[in-house]
Amino acid sequence: MKILVCISKAPDTTSRIAFTDNGTAFDENGVQFIVNPYDEWYALVRALELKETQGGSVTTVTVGGVDCDPIIRKALAIGSDDAVRINTDPKDSLFVAKQIAAYAKDNAFDLVLLGKETIDYNGAVVGGMVAELLDVPFVSFAIKMEVNGSTATLEREVQGGVEVVEANFPLVVSAAKGMAEQRIPNMRGIMAARTKPLQIVEAQDVSTSTTIVRYELPPAKAAVKLVSADNVAELVELLHKEAKVI
Amino acid sequence: MPTLVFADNIGGKITKSSLEAVSYAASMGDEVVAVTYGNIDGDGGLGNYGAKKVIVASGVTTQDSQQLTKLVVQASTSVGANTIVFSHDNTGKSIAPRVAARLDAGLVAGATALPAGDEIKKNVFSGKAMAYVKVNTDKKVISVLPNSVGLKATGGSAEVESFSGDLGNAGVKVIEFKPTSADGAIPLPEAELVVSAGRGMKGPENWGIVEDLANVLGATTACSRPVADIGWRPHHEHVGQTGVAIRPNLYIAIGISGAIQHLAGVNGSKVIVVINTDPEAPFFKAADYGIVGDAFEVVPKLTEAFKAFQAAH
Ligand SMILES: Cc1cc2nc3c(=O)[nH]c(=O)nc-3n(C[C@H](O)[C@H](O)[C@H](O)COP(=O)(O)OP(=O)(O)OC[C@H]3O[C@@H](n4cnc5c(N)ncnc54)[C@H](O)[C@@H]3O)c2cc1C
Ligand SMILES: Nc1ncnc2c1ncn2[C@@H]1O[C@H](COP(=O)(O)O)[C@@H](O)[C@H]1O
Repeated sequence: MKILVCISKAPDTTSRIAFTDNGTAFDENGVQFIVNPYDEWYALVRALELKETQGGSVTTVTVGGVDCDPIIRKALAIGSDDAVRINTDPKDSLFVAKQIAAYAKDNAFDLVLLGKETIDYNGAVVGGMVAELLDVPFVSFAIKMEVNGSTATLEREVQGGVEVVEANFPLVVSAAKGMAEQRIPNMRGIMAARTKPLQIVEAQDVSTSTTIVRYELPPAKAAVKLVSADNVAELVELLHKEAKVI
Repeated sequence: MPTLVFADNIGGKITKSSLEAVSYAASMGDEVVAVTYGNIDGDGGLGNYGAKKVIVASGVTTQDSQQLTKLVVQASTSVGANTIVFSHDNTGKSIAPRVAARLDAGLVAGATALPAGDEIKKNVFSGKAMAYVKVNTDKKVISVLPNSVGLKATGGSAEVESFSGDLGNAGVKVIEFKPTSADGAIPLPEAELVVSAGRGMKGPENWGIVEDLANVLGATTACSRPVADIGWRPHHEHVGQTGVAIRPNLYIAIGISGAIQHLAGVNGSKVIVVINTDPEAPFFKAADYGIVGDAFEVVPKLTEAFKAFQAAH
């Protein structure tokens, strides 16, 4: 089975979020970048497990600049066979999806695995777009995936519950928590990653359908109102009269 | 030019987040046409939130993103809509991106406010910041973050039209549906009241007091990630950056430290109450109200206080 895993770069989950240039750009100063957790923990690791049982290969693809190379090396250290970086600024979701779809089309993958969402722009949209551009089924938010010949059986999170579904390859799947357990790269993996192929591909010339005009930080939160543990009825009053939530 | 809204339903009942999407579209000012699928009774209540017409594809019974994308795209052509609105819930997230790709339209995923001029506001960095997004294409797809714009009943009703186009086959075959809560509790993403607990509860055997509090309030229960990871609570209760993101009116956090990854999934809550023995717990900085105290004493007392309040009101 030929698997493509989409890997994106994301600010570490504890990063301080700040903006520069009058609120028009994310301030990367002092920010540590990691592999987007859903891509690494769930999509990539499940892809490796499927390869281990089904045979085949796992390639990662990243739309981004040279600043993405460290996270791509991390994915290689965890176990992907090779990596592709489509060399352009990931301007918006549809732009990214078109780049990934063009590469996937040329290279005939059975399965394209993505993370549920990126933790910076929280779109949860690239997977669906790639599926439509490839005109194949899309299983979003999969928490389990088993493969039997040309059919996959998955569990996916839907409104109000979990659905067990079946679909045939080629297929696009986005991975949520439950798909796999995080793997920590070992020394051998890290050494091997240095010599694994990282191919740089030129980007498609496509237009950008959305633009972020500016960012804003939420207003500072007022200090917490503390209520004594001996007078919890006061909290109930406050929730009713002041906060008006009950 | 009318605005088209995709409305989802579970077993024929239009979801609350879809009604919010209809309200959102109606507030934009143009005529609203809704499109849905399956077995809908009358206009499904969509008219009451501002839809003038509801298009129903009754032949479609599975939630397959390929078929539903064709449905929305064909409906948008037939009514001549340039703007298509979804809810940014699990269903919307699987269809809106496909529709945007098919129409080559800009997509704003998770809008939290109505368009102002040509800018639409959305959350980024897991709610730690907001962005204003401009769509550069004539056709626009907007998905609305659940629980962020509210419902507006109009008292109206909608004309119902059945859809007759060709939607092809479903690429995904549904074998089974397992509802998250068999007992009819409101699913976390739609819940307005949430009671959540963390490692401070010491063990799964102590969750009785958390459930009692939730039952009295009619709230849905949630938990921190380590609690789900060690198997004290089911995975679907895990909220935070890597779990479910919620936006209830009231979030009560018991024995949860308030790590940044936890906050990322709950900071959209309107009011946060924190109960923790440690006055230095970071969660107090994100809270509106707090009690410094032992959950095993405070929570049963709070349950009694809510009961007394309900008896008096
Ligand atoms: C990439 C990444 C993603 C993550 N995603 C998530 C996520 O989505 N969701 C999430 O929750 N976490 C997430 N985490 C983990 C997160 O960093 C914290 O470790 C976790 O939230 C802590 O859970 P907790 O508050 O239950 O436990 P603890 O941090 O152990 O806190 C327990 C709290 O209980 C209090 N306490 C103890 N006894 C009592 C008592 N008797 N009464 C009242 N209070 C008491 C303590 O003072 C303490 O504040 C993530 C971490 C990483 C690195
Ligand atoms: N720049 C990118 N390069 C490669 N994959 C990406 C990129 N951006 C997003 N993805 C993939 O798409 C998924 C969903 O992203 P998003 O729609 O931005 O939330 C992520 O979890 C990744 O798997």
